[in-house]
Amino acid sequence: MITINDVSKVYGRGEKAIVALDAVNLAVPQGEIFGVLGESGAGKSTLIRCVNLLERPTSGSIIVNDQEITSLNGPALRKARQRIGMIFQHFNLLSSRTIAENVAFPLEVMGYNRSQRQERVKELLALVGLENRAQAYPAQLSGGQKQRVGIARALAGKPDVLLSDEATSALDPQTTRSILELLQDLNQRMGLTILLITHEMGVVKQICHQVAILEAGKVVEQGRVSELAALPESRLARSLFPRLQSYEAQPGARIVTITFAGDTADEPVLSNVIRQFDVNVNILSGNIEKFGEQRIGQLQAEFVGGQFEAALNYLRQLGLRVEVDE
Amino acid sequence: MDWNYWSYLLPDLWQATQDTLLMVGVSTIFTVLLGLPLGVLLVVTDRDGLLHLPWLHQILGFIVNIGRSLPFIILLVAITPFTRLIVGTTIGTTAAIVPLTVAAIPFFGRVAETSLREVDGGVVEAAKAMGCNGWQIVLKVLIPEALPSLILGVTITIISLVGYSAIAGAVGAGGLGDLAIRYGYQRFETGVMVVTVVLLIVFVQIIQWIGNRLAERMARHA
Repeated sequence: MITINDVSKVYGRGEKAIVALDAVNLAVPQGEIFGVLGESGAGKSTLIRCVNLLERPTSGSIIVNDQEITSLNGPALRKARQRIGMIFQHFNLLSSRTIAENVAFPLEVMGYNRSQRQERVKELLALVGLENRAQAYPAQLSGGQKQRVGIARALAGKPDVLLSDEATSALDPQTTRSILELLQDLNQRMGLTILLITHEMGVVKQICHQVAILEAGKVVEQGRVSELAALPESRLARSLFPRLQSYEAQPGARIVTITFAGDTADEPVLSNVIRQFDVNVNILSGNIEKFGEQRIGQLQAEFVGGQFEAALNYLRQLGLRVEVDE
Repeated sequence: MDWNYWSYLLPDLWQATQDTLLMVGVSTIFTVLLGLPLGVLLVVTDRDGLLHLPWLHQILGFIVNIGRSLPFIILLVAITPFTRLIVGTTIGTTAAIVPLTVAAIPFFGRVAETSLREVDGGVVEAAKAMGCNGWQIVLKVLIPEALPSLILGVTITIISLVGYSAIAGAVGAGGLGDLAIRYGYQRFETGVMVVTVVLLIVFVQIIQWIGNRLAERMARHA
């Protein structure tokens, strides 16, 4: 649905040039929620703004729904933008308009007549659960309600994709969860494709199917969230499952990190290790995360004595990923 | 208190009040009609504006600054050929409207520019993302969002015009300022002076009060 080909963005020229995006390639399939994760300054905001050409890439191309956005200008570009919804960290609602008028705004731009607008606004406010606040002004709403208005407005013209620019970063954790649930619900019920940028791992964990990690303008890791989480050496797994850094193993002990994915997360593998291989196990840390229906866990433990190599082989045969610290 | 004297003056006072209202009213309308687009142009031509024409911004800014640096009394005399061209005469209430408007346009242009700049850039960006063109952004976003602030700007402009109109009295424009000078200053009739000054104070108070109320009502939701 969205294809980003080799997109670079450079601000300034010559020695003062700042590379915000460095040959970024991404593909967001139809019907998926794709997260771009990165620290502030990594270039994710520039990236999402390139998708609807609020920023024009220095090089590379962007294709949204089979249309090469980067080749467009003037009226054709504005038409294409109407097919791309966008929500913002600070909501960006018009303070002089009521909620209903805010949601009607893109419809006015698209040339809907009054009765068509009224009908569509009603549907949209029902969709985000704000039917009874239609005549309120943005200043009278809470942050979460404002973002719901933002979502209704973004969806007004039945866009192909929704861009979310840190949409939950200004909200408290509970409101964040409810907004993410709404986005997930829209994705599941309407098949809405969502490209979101965030600096919060929790957002990726809760709703994203795929993720790309951006560092200093470069995509350093990309893939399905559940697959990356199951790869112990991935950046995603490393930040999902923090390990004890400063721990010194006891004399004769080895530190072992075991990553569980899927069914094996339920099996009592550790008690088998203790019983069959006579290894003493001292658990250092452990965590299980759920990604949709799949559970992925990581356990860090000290193994002391017994048949150490045989125990590792046993674990690997079960399909677990096992790493031994040197 | 000489009632005969005052009853003889009353028609003059009434005429002067009407003249002031006419001068200020009509020049306010033209000032807003021409000054608001000027303010919009100053905003959209700027470096990070919608049109991004920094050279035009520079030129407009330069002209506006010239207009603002001329003392009104000088401007009044300097543009008499232009005034004659527009209204066919250079004296009287109608003729005063031209210099009043010319003086107030750059003033209100700057005031409007400041108001429009206060509009949150994120809202403009959201409008762009929704596929708005430049006109739609100006008419549906910038001006409506800046309206409370623009109304206060118009209020300040009207009050300045009341002040300017008193000076315009010097070239036979009529109005309260003229009355104050002719009777109060030149004929040493302090009573008339006091009455006109009180009337001007009342005007300004009423205008400011109305402006504040309107802006408050608009901004109630903001």
